[in-house]
Amino acid sequence: MTDAMRLDGIRAGRLGPEDLARNFGDLHPALDRHEATVAADRCYFCHDAPCITACPTDIDIPLFIRQIQAGQPESAAKTIFDQNILGGMCARVCPTETLCEEACVREKAEGKPVQIGSLQRYATDSMMAAGEHPYSRAAPTGKHVAVVGAGPAGLACAHRLAMQGHDVTIYDARPKPGGLNEYGIAQYKTPGGFAQAEVDWLLKIGGITVETGRAIGDGLTLEGLRADHDAVFLGIGLGGVGKLGMEGESLAGTDNAVDFIAALRQHADLTQLPIGRHVVVIGGGMTAVDAAVQSKLLGAESVTIAYRRDREKMPASRFEQDLAASHGVRLLFSVVPHALHGGDRLREVELAYVGPDMSPTGETFRLPADQLFRAIGQKLVAVEGLEVEHGKISVTGSGRTSLSGVWAGGDCAAGGEDLTVTAVAEGRDAAMDIHASLTQGQI
Amino acid sequence: MADLTTNFVGIKSPNPFWLASAPPTDKEYNVRRAFDAGWGGVVWKTLGAEGPPVVNVNGPRYGAIYGADRRLLGLNNIELITDRPLEVNLREMKVVKRDYPDRALIASIMVPCEEEAWRAILPRVEDTGADGIELNFGCPHGMSERGMGSAVGQVPEYIEMVARWCKQYTRMPVIVKLTPNITDIRKPAQAARRGGADAVSLINTINSITNVDLDLFAPEPTIDGKGSHGGYCGPAVKPIALSMVSEIARDPETRGLPISGIGGVTTWRDAAEFMALGAGSVQVCTAAMTYGFGIIKEMTAGLSRYLDEKGMTMDDLVGRAVPNVTDWKHLNLNYVTKARIDQDLCISCGRCFAACEDTSHQAIGMSEDRTFTVIDEECVACNLCVDVCPVEGCIDMVELEPGTTDPRTGKVVEAKPADWTTHPNNPAAVAAE
Repeated sequence: MTDAMRLDGIRAGRLGPEDLARNFGDLHPALDRHEATVAADRCYFCHDAPCITACPTDIDIPLFIRQIQAGQPESAAKTIFDQNILGGMCARVCPTETLCEEACVREKAEGKPVQIGSLQRYATDSMMAAGEHPYSRAAPTGKHVAVVGAGPAGLACAHRLAMQGHDVTIYDARPKPGGLNEYGIAQYKTPGGFAQAEVDWLLKIGGITVETGRAIGDGLTLEGLRADHDAVFLGIGLGGVGKLGMEGESLAGTDNAVDFIAALRQHADLTQLPIGRHVVVIGGGMTAVDAAVQSKLLGAESVTIAYRRDREKMPASRFEQDLAASHGVRLLFSVVPHALHGGDRLREVELAYVGPDMSPTGETFRLPADQLFRAIGQKLVAVEGLEVEHGKISVTGSGRTSLSGVWAGGDCAAGGEDLTVTAVAEGRDAAMDIHASLTQGQI
Repeated sequence: MADLTTNFVGIKSPNPFWLASAPPTDKEYNVRRAFDAGWGGVVWKTLGAEGPPVVNVNGPRYGAIYGADRRLLGLNNIELITDRPLEVNLREMKVVKRDYPDRALIASIMVPCEEEAWRAILPRVEDTGADGIELNFGCPHGMSERGMGSAVGQVPEYIEMVARWCKQYTRMPVIVKLTPNITDIRKPAQAARRGGADAVSLINTINSITNVDLDLFAPEPTIDGKGSHGGYCGPAVKPIALSMVSEIARDPETRGLPISGIGGVTTWRDAAEFMALGAGSVQVCTAAMTYGFGIIKEMTAGLSRYLDEKGMTMDDLVGRAVPNVTDWKHLNLNYVTKARIDQDLCISCGRCFAACEDTSHQAIGMSEDRTFTVIDEECVACNLCVDVCPVEGCIDMVELEPGTTDPRTGKVVEAKPADWTTHPNNPAAVAAE
């Protein structure tokens, strides 16, 4: 607790540089060689392993762990990258506790799964640290594919297309490639500029041009892209942010969680990043947790996550909930915003209890709040000419949209969870479908 | 508390745990520490003949095999016998025995196969007050290239000859330490008995190369780019040692010959197993070299508790399993079991399935929801599924009651035992001689 933490309002410098450096360091420190060997020895090399089934990218997990056991983390990395070229980032940000590690038989046996995520990071870091890129391009096909969005889906798609010999141009609205890896994930999950280092490593395949500051609706049109390229892949994510739709939402101090997270990720000096004394986060997903925990790490005195359903329904995993709680974030369940109070700026958030059917119980209460973050989900920014279902681009098969020659994957496309690893799988599979179409002359 | 006092061919010690002749027993300082920790006895590091001592390598002497978390499973050494002068060792032995009169102190000796060499050293050893001698006919590296160690242990006639000399020139009990680097361990044991030896101890270390350095392309441990085979010991060699001990314990020509069991003894349980197969004392080296002398407290407490729980004395334990060691031909072919998987304990790893499906009898079924069940029609009761299952007690072998039908063979299980020599379905009931 510093004196600056007790100052009202939204201000920078609540914590000093040393505290901030410690707070935003690696959430899970990397395993060293011995730790990795010990962790790898715990793998049973299951038959038809449940962890593989649980992985959206179908990484042969027992195989790569055995390769670590056998002293070749680089071979392990190749096994991972063959299925998931962003295996390094996924090792850091995957909710393994609800995927591979939840399926691990040792979770069932003793509540302690093999540390698959940490082992994956050990393997992928080993190869990337050595600067080795184990893939090369097939003979040039003369085909040119546009990939819109340099996030996980777009990068995975581009890399696989480049491997097949196609030329790729990636267009991205932001100044830097990486998408949510660069702008949308908590700092402590991917410190040290890893997102950009991973993009640089991925682009070593060659044949991929990245054009930043280019977005559909802002200079680019889908029609134009279709005309200029042999195929188009859309990995544009969900660019729109939901509003609470209530009075007072324009009060100073009322912000979007995604903007806060992006600003934090791009800020060179966190002592200069303002944060409220009292922060309330509305929502229950990973974005809510990332915003809440990072508010606390910046020096907010009190941080509350207000989620409208009960704990079991919370999209953020139990691990994420516990992470928030361990940082002193208060988790409130079955509450919805009722009113925002304050004259010149936000001063209080009034919350109302709701029942399982979302009907108010009639009881409300107020929390002091200098700052409120909306983390109630992102929305698709519609692209003209594409069919949409449930707020996402309709796709069939491996990401085929309603328009010929246009594929989509990642968060913007229907189906699958909104996870980095799912986006990678969809981008990869769309690339193989695009390749099949281009080489069979179907377009 | 069970009485662990041991009298092994007249050598008395407060417990049956001795430190084997090896680096831990090379000098007074170590042996005092061992006795202070509670070890029942030591076999002093092998003495050589009078004169300049041997010179050891100055590079690494050991190589290791590891299990999970660098748990040491096997150790290989290329160290020679003591490299300190004979008179220094004898002087230290004398003061140690004086200060620890209740502990067993045995001198390990390796001198050339010449009667004069043995006649010269034995009185000097006897003068230390040592309780007995152990003839090192086992070391497989270095000394064997000079006609000693395992080079003697591999020639039964030499064993008999030297044992006879020793019995002639000393009143101390004579233990012959055997090398396992031989085809039939019974032959050297028989020779030792013919020579009048009071006991045998086994096993000494096994010829081994633990690893090959894949950059240097040289065996490990590597001395200036080259390596030589060493002697293998530690938990990895225990099964080999147990088998050899049992062979001597049940051979008509050596039955009753006292045995000091050696080879991978790491806990009280290992010791109890050696004793059940006929060992009257056990010798420990690698476990002490890995964990230090403090392990003796676990060993003595463990053995004592085990004996109390069983209501047995040490004499009851020694040799108790020997009658159950038999030839394959006497195994009951009418004893039929089937594997049973406890679904409550099963964690669905599928290792039993992979092992059975890929490498055995396709006797385990796997359902869509990863339930694994034994197919009795195919199960030959090989036990591989039990061995590869990571959950203790999850898979059992359940005996089929006589009178029931084995679904694999379609035959009714007979109550009357039948072995290779009597079972009607087995060819070669009589061996081709």
